[in-house]
Amino acid sequence: MTVQMTDPNVPVLSLRDVVKTYGEGDSAVHALAGVSLDVNAGEMVAVMGTSGSGKSTLLTIAGGLLAATSGTVSVGGVELGRLRVKGLARIRRERIGFVFQDFNLLPSLTVLENVALPLDLAGQSAAGSRSDARRALAVVGLRGRGASYPDDLSGGQRQRVAIARAIVGRRRLVLADEPTGALDSVTGDTVLQVLRERADEGAAVVLVTHDARHAAWADRIVYIADGRIIDEASSARPEQLLSGGAR
Amino acid sequence: MVLDTATRPHHTQYAETEYLVGGGAMSVKNALLALLVEGEQYGYELRAGFEERTGGAWPLNIGQVYTTLDRLERDGMVERHEADADRQVFYSLTDAGRAEAEDWWVTPTGATVPSRDDVALKVALAATSPGVDVRAVIQTQRKATMSMLQDLTRTKRASADRDDAWELVADAMIFRAEAEVRWLDHTESRLSRRADRDRKAGATQAAAPAVSTSETSLDEVRS
Repeated sequence: MTVQMTDPNVPVLSLRDVVKTYGEGDSAVHALAGVSLDVNAGEMVAVMGTSGSGKSTLLTIAGGLLAATSGTVSVGGVELGRLRVKGLARIRRERIGFVFQDFNLLPSLTVLENVALPLDLAGQSAAGSRSDARRALAVVGLRGRGASYPDDLSGGQRQRVAIARAIVGRRRLVLADEPTGALDSVTGDTVLQVLRERADEGAAVVLVTHDARHAAWADRIVYIADGRIIDEASSARPEQLLSGGAR
Repeated sequence: MVLDTATRPHHTQYAETEYLVGGGAMSVKNALLALLVEGEQYGYELRAGFEERTGGAWPLNIGQVYTTLDRLERDGMVERHEADADRQVFYSLTDAGRAEAEDWWVTPTGATVPSRDDVALKVALAATSPGVDVRAVIQTQRKATMSMLQDLTRTKRASADRDDAWELVADAMIFRAEAEVRWLDHTESRLSRRADRDRKAGATQAAAPAVSTSETSLDEVRS
């Protein structure tokens, strides 16, 4: 199967009428009640909503960690619902990167090994995966820290390792769930900066957050309540805001 | 280095109004006194100093500078000197002005009497006005504030460590806007929880009239 991740006309992530229901009958809870959303390469979209609004469910479904009750989820033009378990695992490893609040790094592996892990699992050669992992670490500003262990790093650095792992290889869809939750505000900003740069260089980034200051880094803000998108707003591109030499 | 104010997005106007109307005249007075602590200066110098040190976020017109200096002179806080050979009129602090400038640093600003908050006022009225969709009112406000926050974030990123004064002031506006959105989120959750409670209470009452009747009579006995 060919994955058209590089076709600019195909959204990197596409959700169509996605419904997620837990339970049945009268006790059924509709976590998502028909959500449609496209995220393109080079775009950073923030999903905002109160707790229980469905924003984290949306991200979990977009990443293929959870199946939708109905509707379709496509990553790079590939419909996740049509894949078998193995195919789904493969697309998750090769195409989708996750960044969580609590970093989710393995303490017994070095930073380099943590970042290379998805590629190792995908069966890439060790030399190739190490070289890709080193490149991803450089991208997040952690060149030369590959031999350290996660415990030797600060919270902000650990989150940058998690981002490196999320973008290693050819992964161009980064799904981040409250990635700055455990960090102080200045460190949180450096993490946002890295995510923003990934989008500017062509990744599709979806950021779930309740933090307005962090959502403001996105190109588009999607508001979700009771499992539905209730509103959305794009902002002007920077070049429209800033004339001349400011940028 | 100060970014050209023309490159700043329009939201700074919003913030400017907010700051200058809400006790802004007071801040201009104190800012000029603080600048004069560093030595005598003339009007244009004070304006340039003010704008540079606050990142140009609140452009000050020269008329405002002279009006303020006139008042300060009247109140015995600054002294106006004779025009020099270049016809520049210099101002310097009196002892009273110096004391006032020092007092400013040790006095908290605006923390005593809460200023009127137009957004809170509007939402409070929306929540209690029949036929008004308070969630829609909240969302309209949230979207506008988020848009301003996006503009500020962009402009700050574009400045990227080139203008500390502006970034400091931009952060102040960013955190204020964030606080407003947090308050809107909080208020929305609170109102929807209250609506849920009212709905459930209504359902219980309908399902068990006997209980509610006895409660009512009990209340009547108590009162």
